Amino acid sequence: MIEFFLGHQLYWVVSLLIVVGLYGMLVKKNLLKKVLGLNIFQSGIILFFVASASKRNATVPIVEATTKIIDSSQYINPLPHTLMLTAIVVSVSVTGVALALLIKIYQKYKTLDEELLLKQMQ
Amino acid sequence: MITSSNNPILIIASRFLTPFIQLFALYVIVHGHYGPGGGFQGGGILAASIILLRLSLGTEKSEKVFRRTWGIPLGFFGALVFFSIGLLTMLFGGNFLEFDELGLLGFNKVGSHFYGILLIEIGVGIAVMSTIVSIFDNLSGELDGD
Amino acid sequence: MIQAHLPLLIPLTLLFFALLIPLFGTKVPRSAYFLALSGSFLAFLISLYGLVRVATDGAISYNMGGWAPPIGIEFILDPLSSFMMLIVTGISFLVIIYGYRVVPEEHPQTQVSYFSIVMLMLTGFSGIVLTGDLFNLYVFLEIASLASYAIVALGDKRSLVASFRYLMLGSLGSAFYLLGIGFIYFMGGSLNMKDVSQILPFISGEPAVIAGLIFVVTGIALKMALFPLHFWLPDAYSSASSVSVALLAPLGTKIGAYILIRFLYFIFEPEYVTTTVPITSIISWLSVAGIIYGSIMAIAQDDLKRMLAYSSVAQVGYIGLGIGLATPLALTGALLHIMNHSLMKAALFLVAGNLQIRIGHSNIQKFNQKLRHTMPWSMAAFSLGALSMIGIPPTAGFFSKWYLIVSAVGESQWFFVLVILLSSLLNAVYFFRVIEKVYLSPSKESLTDLPEEEEENKYAQNEVSFSMLTPTLILSACLLVIGIFNYFIVNNLIDLMIPSNF
Repeated sequence: MIEFFLGHQLYWVVSLLIVVGLYGMLVKKNLLKKVLGLNIFQSGIILFFVASASKRNATVPIVEATTKIIDSSQYINPLPHTLMLTAIVVSVSVTGVALALLIKIYQKYKTLDEELLLKQMQ
Repeated sequence: MITSSNNPILIIASRFLTPFIQLFALYVIVHGHYGPGGGFQGGGILAASIILLRLSLGTEKSEKVFRRTWGIPLGFFGALVFFSIGLLTMLFGGNFLEFDELGLLGFNKVGSHFYGILLIEIGVGIAVMSTIVSIFDNLSGELDGD
Repeated sequence: MIQAHLPLLIPLTLLFFALLIPLFGTKVPRSAYFLALSGSFLAFLISLYGLVRVATDGAISYNMGGWAPPIGIEFILDPLSSFMMLIVTGISFLVIIYGYRVVPEEHPQTQVSYFSIVMLMLTGFSGIVLTGDLFNLYVFLEIASLASYAIVALGDKRSLVASFRYLMLGSLGSAFYLLGIGFIYFMGGSLNMKDVSQILPFISGEPAVIAGLIFVVTGIALKMALFPLHFWLPDAYSSASSVSVALLAPLGTKIGAYILIRFLYFIFEPEYVTTTVPITSIISWLSVAGIIYGSIMAIAQDDLKRMLAYSSVAQVGYIGLGIGLATPLALTGALLHIMNHSLMKAALFLVAGNLQIRIGHSNIQKFNQKLRHTMPWSMAAFSLGALSMIGIPPTAGFFSKWYLIVSAVGESQWFFVLVILLSSLLNAVYFFRVIEKVYLSPSKESLTDLPEEEEENKYAQNEVSFSMLTPTLILSACLLVIGIFNYFIVNNLIDLMIPSNF
């Protein structure tokens, strides 16, 4: 039982972030809070990838010029880190587009609350 | 249009810090091939330095560092640098971005990979910096726009 | 020389023109249209050449940067990719021809950015179809999705909130897809599609792989608007402008269906997804619910574009049913329906755009018999599209439904057969509403007509111009041609695409 909680700390933290992000996206009424929820959700997934790339007793994946034998189990996996760079850029772009949409919505409807918006659109 | 802040400490501190931030960003871009860093990260730090100036000095005074109209053209320039390197390798007979083929320009195998990646990272850095700054300029200009 | 680089040339051409358009467009705004037109025409020619090459010689594989897979990213042009590529470039070329007059009228100040974003979206679609790497697919999926959020937002007054909802749900779907491929990568160790399909038999019992599959299918179902994850679709399609919806509706959801086919049948094995983790039966039952729901909701709509949007939900249900039945015949039906539905929806939305331009609205209650005199060709195209959607031979829609019915009978799923027949009847109901108002109501001359005539004289009453009419007619004529020649298409093309391990 203890092993189930303590041995899988990473997955509990990532699940917490994902659930908090989903809650923000789906339940909150203010549009800006939805965008923040989306950001937290994507950060949770990025954290999952980056943390799953680590290995026990391994060091950063930078090879010195003097190293003769490269044993790949001594270095952490750099591939998920590079994938997550792209995912962070995607997250920034989506946030940029969402904020631009929010500014236009605010200029047009003078409110950012979802229920008032739906009433105005009927 | 963001007005300049009234606090002299803020203005002096940000003017003092900006060159160091930009130098660090250049270091991050150039060392992307051999260590942590690269185009995206360095471009983001460069953009952060310019946004710091925009926020503390105001839009008019920080125009001297990076004009608002430069944003989108520089973004396209960065993307074009990336693609022209890729097309250059295709012209020399390899696949897209196959750096071994750049050896025809007079580099050995390691040198062609090094310079190829360096030029691409610089292109990506310029593109990312100008895009983030232009997003910021657009969003801040809209607030009192029509 | 060009044959070796073929898989790369299509996204590269589209991206190159997407980067050229702002460069020239800020000086000469009209040049944006011609650059977009030539870019999509070039991409169409290259994909046509690619289809012919692949059908005769076999798949073409291209390694980026010279690194061999599984270390590097590869682009693969196999029969399924070239088929989807031809659909994407062909329909986009015709819709961009249509945009000659419509885009300056609907987006007067943002023409240059509009065409640039359209080319970026097409780059994203072509990258999704051609790539052979799981993470590269996520990158191109996000490129296409961001561009489509932008072009939906440039619509009428309700489009901003509709685009925001589309953004939320679309990003949710992509993020679920990313999480799913994360699970599969950390279990398997490779991101290349062919490599993963060879590793998977060794690890297929792990709960992480099953969880990854479920996450991926959920994310792609959000993109594909499979019931009950379709909620972004009616608002987004009904409030977007004519050219946007004519580009997004035929292509966006089909790309999601393509990703699902790749995942379920090319990466995972068919036996695995039918018996070990019965996800195909879940997909087929959800699709059936979507067919019924979409058809019933479409009957209740007053606005033509909203009705077509709900009808899209139902048609995506047909494709999902074909994917879910998991037999070669059902997959043939799904692939044929991808092509047919793209053509049908593009033709129908272009007619809705014609109506929007000429009479200013697309409210069905206000259609009357004048339309059959003033816009005869548009109404003819609409009728042909409607007949094809209902599924009347020899139009194209009949044959894809025929394949689905035959495969459902072969699997003894009588409920699915009943649903397909019932939904064809429901399709007939909501299309005949429009046809009845236009063609079958009698011409009456009475005094009560005069006030309506005065308010309609604001808009021109004649047929739309040549540039708008030609793509509409070409798309509708294709429905007849493809319907008549469908045996040839199925034998020479679609049979190459079915994976061999069924």
